[in-house]
Amino acid sequence: MIENPTSRRIRQIFVYSVLTLGAVVMMVPLLWTVSTSLKTRDKVSIRRLELIPDPIHWQNYIEIFEKQPVLQQTRNTMIIVAASFFGALVPCTLAGYAFARIPFPGRRLLFGILLATMMLPYVVRLIPLYLFFDEIGWTRTFGPLILPRLLGHNAFYIFLYRQFFRGIPNEIYDSARIDGCSELGVWWRIFMPMSIPVIAAVSIFAFEFAWNDFLHPLIYLGANRDLWTLALGLNALRGFEGADGSLNLVMTFSVLMIIPMLVVFYFGQKYLISGVTAQGSLKG
Amino acid sequence: MNATITRQHDASWRVRFQEWWFRHRSWIGFLFILPWFAGFIIFDLMPFVYNLYLSFTDYQIGTQGTPPWIGLENYLEIFNEDKLFSKSMYNTVYYLGFSVPLRLAFAFLIALLLNMRVRGMELYRTLFYVPSVVPLVAATLIFAGLLNTRYGLFNHVFVLVGIPPVRWLSSPDWIKPSLIILSLWGFGAQMIIFLAGLQGIPSDLYEAVAIDGGGGWRRLRHITLPLMTPTIFFNLLIGVIGGFQVFAQVFVMVGVDGGPLGAGLVYMIHVYNKAFRDFEFGYAAALSVILFSIIFVLTIALVYTSNRWVFYGDGAEDAT
Repeated sequence: MIENPTSRRIRQIFVYSVLTLGAVVMMVPLLWTVSTSLKTRDKVSIRRLELIPDPIHWQNYIEIFEKQPVLQQTRNTMIIVAASFFGALVPCTLAGYAFARIPFPGRRLLFGILLATMMLPYVVRLIPLYLFFDEIGWTRTFGPLILPRLLGHNAFYIFLYRQFFRGIPNEIYDSARIDGCSELGVWWRIFMPMSIPVIAAVSIFAFEFAWNDFLHPLIYLGANRDLWTLALGLNALRGFEGADGSLNLVMTFSVLMIIPMLVVFYFGQKYLISGVTAQGSLKG
Repeated sequence: MNATITRQHDASWRVRFQEWWFRHRSWIGFLFILPWFAGFIIFDLMPFVYNLYLSFTDYQIGTQGTPPWIGLENYLEIFNEDKLFSKSMYNTVYYLGFSVPLRLAFAFLIALLLNMRVRGMELYRTLFYVPSVVPLVAATLIFAGLLNTRYGLFNHVFVLVGIPPVRWLSSPDWIKPSLIILSLWGFGAQMIIFLAGLQGIPSDLYEAVAIDGGGGWRRLRHITLPLMTPTIFFNLLIGVIGGFQVFAQVFVMVGVDGGPLGAGLVYMIHVYNKAFRDFEFGYAAALSVILFSIIFVLTIALVYTSNRWVFYGDGAEDAT
């Protein structure tokens, strides 16, 4: 298409200004967070714009460890993350493999059920599961948070794996089987190594969900401070308007909690984007 | 003669082997999905059924053995007497009514701009997406700080440009807008999905419009929007379902009372209070069944009506 150079120029200026302005607006909260995390206590309650605080109060990053058992909370969170990883890597890939490759009676029906559970809101499971775990004495333990994850109880991950495995050519599967590889062998030696992108995407999701989960740790671990996750620890730091002088420490904790997510995001960006995209291509 | 026998023998052996093999395979297949299936029974099916049952009982803290069956009493109380039910429902619909369309609009607009062969597209994409990876509790507290009446950045900017400061989190009028602003910060996830969808549109379709003399607006109206409707539709659906279940950000930002005059009391906070503060589990289960029914009807309705206005690409030849 032939376009008037002037109108093209105007359009480009418009596009870049909107994008740049938007990106700045999106970044301001993060910059403000980092800046506030480095301010002294009396600096945060003054209405003054100061991007680089003077003086830079690094001590917040030491004080926070005294105020909250951050290391313990990190360990607790990582226990849940580890269970998530195991579930996403073993039971979920096995199920995805079976749904993609092994014909068995009722497979279509079961896959339909799997898709239906993706639409099931968590709210209808919340109360009965709490009562169930209370009955068997598992509240105030990691059990209720770990068991579903260990079993790979996540329909979305299984769905992603199944889609990916279906894309692997039949010839690869057939030749492996002819060479005497068992189903388990094909899954582990052929399909898993070929599926690194989707495994990476799912692992990032698993990390993100476990790292961010708030409601479930709240109802199961809320009463047991020693097992608190980072999300619970951060929540406990919040103060309400007027009463808080420790906004700087809240932001220090936030920065500590954001950094691992950013690292994961940085290294997994291309896998994550393909995974998010797969989420979007899924039509209810 | 001999050969025939061998072949027959061969055939029967192969048939038997194949039969055995197929049975074996099915068994293996079921074994592979067993962990998921066990999870489905324990964490989906049984809780779902039990939740329905609970909603017809008066299960409270200290209830021993079988909770007393009270029929529809919980539901009648919810609809007739529970003022917080209608209030929290109103707040939730208000919240998602603004937050979901605005998020989609921002996500779509930025995705459109990024798709115009922008230099540095990946950097922009990252900058817009990064807020979505900030943990929800952290994001909420960041905005609680930014929206602080006395020293928050929002009011600071307001004062600089001559607008009187707003009592964001301490005035009933501004709590819901505050929550909506927070939700808008995370539009990056939808933007990525839209961007991928836009990049998947074949360029020859655009060229066809250009040859017919169509400009940017016609491209958007006749190519981009029709092809993107499935993605928009899916994100709308997920957004509405998620919006009804909004919890953590409200809990952290305004607390379980929902802030001044309960203006931020959303539906899930009401459910949470009934279950885990008042320990009225039967009543809370009834509340959750109502929420489930709304989500269910909405999902069915959206999927059903989508046939009329969502373009899935099956009739692509007819359209061109």
